[in-house]
Amino acid sequence: MNLKQSFSLAVKSLLASKMRSFLTMLGIIIGIAAVISLTSHFNGMTSEVIDQFEKIGTTTTHNNSTGRGGNRRVEPEQFQELADKNPEVILAVSPNISTRATIKNGSDNQTTTCLGVSEVYAALRGLELESGRFLQYIDVERRQKNCVIGTYIVNNMFDGQDPIGEVIKIGGSNFNIIGVLKETADSKEGSDDDRIIIPYTLARTLTRSNIITSYVLSATTVETVDKATELTEEMLLKTYASTDYFTVTAMSAIIDTVNEMTGMMSAVLAGIAGISLLVGGIGIMNIMLVSVTERTREIGIRKSLGAKRRDIMSQFLVEAATTSIIGGIIGIILGLLIANGLASLINIKAAPTAGSIVIAFGVSALIGISFGYFPANKAAKLDPIDALRYD
Amino acid sequence: MSLVELKNIYKIYSDGDSEIRALDDMSLTVEEKEFVAIVGQSGSGKSTCMNIIGCLDVPTSGTYKLGGIDTSTMHENRLAEIRNRSLGFIFQQYNLIPKLNLLENVELPLIYRGYPQSKRRKMAYESLERVGLLDRANKFPSQLSGGQQQRVSIARALVGNPPVILADEPTGALDSKTGREILEFIKKLNSEGTTIILITHDNDIASQAKRLVRIHDGKIIEDSLAERGVNQ
Repeated sequence: MNLKQSFSLAVKSLLASKMRSFLTMLGIIIGIAAVISLTSHFNGMTSEVIDQFEKIGTTTTHNNSTGRGGNRRVEPEQFQELADKNPEVILAVSPNISTRATIKNGSDNQTTTCLGVSEVYAALRGLELESGRFLQYIDVERRQKNCVIGTYIVNNMFDGQDPIGEVIKIGGSNFNIIGVLKETADSKEGSDDDRIIIPYTLARTLTRSNIITSYVLSATTVETVDKATELTEEMLLKTYASTDYFTVTAMSAIIDTVNEMTGMMSAVLAGIAGISLLVGGIGIMNIMLVSVTERTREIGIRKSLGAKRRDIMSQFLVEAATTSIIGGIIGIILGLLIANGLASLINIKAAPTAGSIVIAFGVSALIGISFGYFPANKAAKLDPIDALRYD
Repeated sequence: MSLVELKNIYKIYSDGDSEIRALDDMSLTVEEKEFVAIVGQSGSGKSTCMNIIGCLDVPTSGTYKLGGIDTSTMHENRLAEIRNRSLGFIFQQYNLIPKLNLLENVELPLIYRGYPQSKRRKMAYESLERVGLLDRANKFPSQLSGGQQQRVSIARALVGNPPVILADEPTGALDSKTGREILEFIKKLNSEGTTIILITHDNDIASQAKRLVRIHDGKIIEDSLAERGVNQ
């Protein structure tokens, strides 16, 4: 008896008692569906988090030491030179001056975070604009009094009206509003939507010290982050002679932490999945044992007609494997449906991987075969005379 | 060379201290085209005899040759092959598989023989035609009367053209009229050249056979052929 015959026999036998077959599969279905839907969400979430960090790239925070005075400092040109020399490692660099400033529109006024950056900052941080445009090279170079504002300020100072072309006072000087940032934090006060971005060349004058204390730079890819950090440290060390006077922080360190965390979560998920599949497998074994007992006479008949041990063995093994593979397939479909359903319901991206589907399929086949082995072996070893006499 | 040759067969079951001699030094030969009835009361050893002739069991000692091949020390798998190729079984309870239709039931021995489907189909249809149930090929055993089911089991026994047909109380579950019909059919098969060994407890049925072998306590106590002295 070949595999094809065993398979069609198995399908026939499963169809003969549909309810029982379904209940037998249920453990596998639930187990596989849980694995697929959970891992899909999990992958979706992880890739979203990593995307976010990749957008940010690597951040270099350069803190000037107060003790060493103003005679040692790093100028934007030095950073730009570093980036120009290593185009395959460093994508872009921008000064990053952050200060509190009072802004005024007529009689309305508020304090907000004022960021002084270069034209590449939007790309570095993955900022998107609601309307208008971001700062350009010319704004930075010519110290044009142009600014980009967050949505909180639009709501607070302009009653939500389009502010582009309007004038706003920052620290006493008039600035033209050229762009509005896309809302990222529900336009809350003190959030990322509550800020105003101006050329760093102007921001320097807003701060008392006139010194740029921080830079943001982005590596070309996640792989070059370490190299970029190293180059930056090297350059800064030349100026400051000691690492005590500056710090370089790579966002990739956070990515590593995220990866570590997700790795742990995956292990926990795999554990839960393993347990549910084990339970499913035991369910299959249980029903297969019942089925062997019920079909003792059939086994006797088959043996009397010339079935060998391995014929009976393969018949029951294929049946167990078929049960659990069909269960696995239903589980995969159900899992994908749940993942997509939940994704649209709670707005989390679901990213099922082909790998997890293949593994789920393989695992269900493996469960069928390993938990089917014991009952199948029991059937194969039956004595034909006893089996024929069985009622 | 005899088709079936049992020589000094013992089958001993030990049950703790006591031992039961189901077959006690039994010797029997059956030639081709014979119709032998092995008759005996329950516990006489006729079922054990049938199991050994049917290669479902092996003797404790002695030799059993089927078609000249010694099967008494054969491995399980070889015995399965012998059952598949050289023997056809007709059981008291028909022993059809309920979830398979008649055609599939009749096909079974050929599946284990490894024949391709087209060949199996053809042979199974022919065999069903022989028992007059060709038009019911797609029905299931439960849709048939007892006599019809027994005819299906005869078709299944015949399908692979085995040299020996073993019939174990073939009429035991049937009413007397149907039983007679089945018996007539078996006689007809024999007249067409099939060797039949029939096991029964019923003397009336046994008397229908050409040769009667009576077993008691694991020994042959009567053999109509020997009495006539033909085979000696």
